Amino acid sequence: MTNTPNAPLYPFRESPSQTAGPYVHIGLTPNACGIIGVYGEDLGTAMVTDATKGERITLELRVFDGGGAALKDVLVEIWQADAQGLYNSPAERRGNADLTFTGWGRRAADLETGVLRFETIKPGPIPFPDGRMQAPHINVWIVARGINLGLNTRIYFRDEAEANADDPVLARIEHSDRIETLLAKGAGGNYSLDIHLQGPRETVFFDI
Amino acid sequence: MKNSKPTATSYFTRDRAWHPKAYAPGYKSSVLRAPTRPLIAIGNSLSETTGPAFGDDIIGPLDNDLTLNFARPGESAIGERILVHGRVLDERGQPVPKVLLEFWQANAGGRYRHKKDGYLAPLDPNFGGCGRTLTGDDGSYAFRTIRPGPYPWPNGPNDWRPAHIHISVFGQAFAQRLITQMYFEGDPLIPICPIVRTIADPAAIEQLTARLDMNSSAPMDALAYRFDIILRGSRSTLFENRPEGN
Ligand SMILES: [Fe+3]
Repeated sequence: MTNTPNAPLYPFRESPSQTAGPYVHIGLTPNACGIIGVYGEDLGTAMVTDATKGERITLELRVFDGGGAALKDVLVEIWQADAQGLYNSPAERRGNADLTFTGWGRRAADLETGVLRFETIKPGPIPFPDGRMQAPHINVWIVARGINLGLNTRIYFRDEAEANADDPVLARIEHSDRIETLLAKGAGGNYSLDIHLQGPRETVFFDI
Repeated sequence: MKNSKPTATSYFTRDRAWHPKAYAPGYKSSVLRAPTRPLIAIGNSLSETTGPAFGDDIIGPLDNDLTLNFARPGESAIGERILVHGRVLDERGQPVPKVLLEFWQANAGGRYRHKKDGYLAPLDPNFGGCGRTLTGDDGSYAFRTIRPGPYPWPNGPNDWRPAHIHISVFGQAFAQRLITQMYFEGDPLIPICPIVRTIADPAAIEQLTARLDMNSSAPMDALAYRFDIILRGSRSTLFENRPEGN
């Protein structure tokens, strides 16, 4: 079959994406939107426990549209390594991640303010496929009404200037002034970042 | 946690002409929410080839039955009872086991149980609108629900969504994360829906259209619809020696 000219090598194609729509909360954060009693708790609410190793941080995000308004119906998921740089995932083969840290968080924006707040830890550095080290970062996936295919970006930390300077992903960003759009700023473990979908401060989004 | 599958080193490139474009002016909400600068291709590192895993421990006995999971004891949701089933495969055709699927939908009248939905159709006191399940080792999944109603929405002056179920899928990697919608074979609203029409290729729309499956229906109970979901395929290193075999 695969030796037949013109037969597709991979006959299956990824299911096309469709927008999460304005009611994504019903499916992904039902308790937070008032549908109580179907699931015990919403997934992705707690990333850390008291036993989790590493520096506790809070991350406050907002997502802005091209008109400068914060999206109030947006849903964000984050995925990150533990303090040692290991992922709590079956695909992690380098060692045992901190099992008291899920590495994955999910939040719907506050319907009044558009703020999304995650309580997590600062991740450790992670190797790039060529062996160079990536600076501590958090992977971000954004869905909402009007977003037809989930958007991927990353959060880096402004106070990791040295690691950021050597980061192989940030090095791919040709217009280096745009790196700024990925740097969470903060002090005392409280970081914040505004993500802009359009405009002069449009965030760098990745094709991963 | 260990398993015997080879570790993916990266995932097949997403075909962004098959997916809807970010900017699709027929769907007005996309206009101010579509990034305008080119995406930066970074390939996959461990950041993208790993992802969260969920176990059976999070799944309650009624999580995959939307007719009952919000209903009062002895009652059930109103509407045409259906079973939705299929498999989650990757682009190589390999089953993707133990992945979390989450569903949400309007009730039989086309109304969502949501603060922002003010449509005239009444809420059904026995219908919440969410469900979830994990795929089996062969990638299979099934859930029971009622067929959602079509509903009007503010976009053009008279736009209606075809009956649809929203589906969120985790693969085995953050790079496979996907949200899509399932439509129903034969629905005349499919080709005129501005959200469906964000997809350019009719074959891609076809892929999101579940087919009536009489052989899987439950006589005197529920019709069945078959809907397969395909996630990005993965590359693994073909020649590297690995202790666990590859
Ligand atoms: Fe909908």
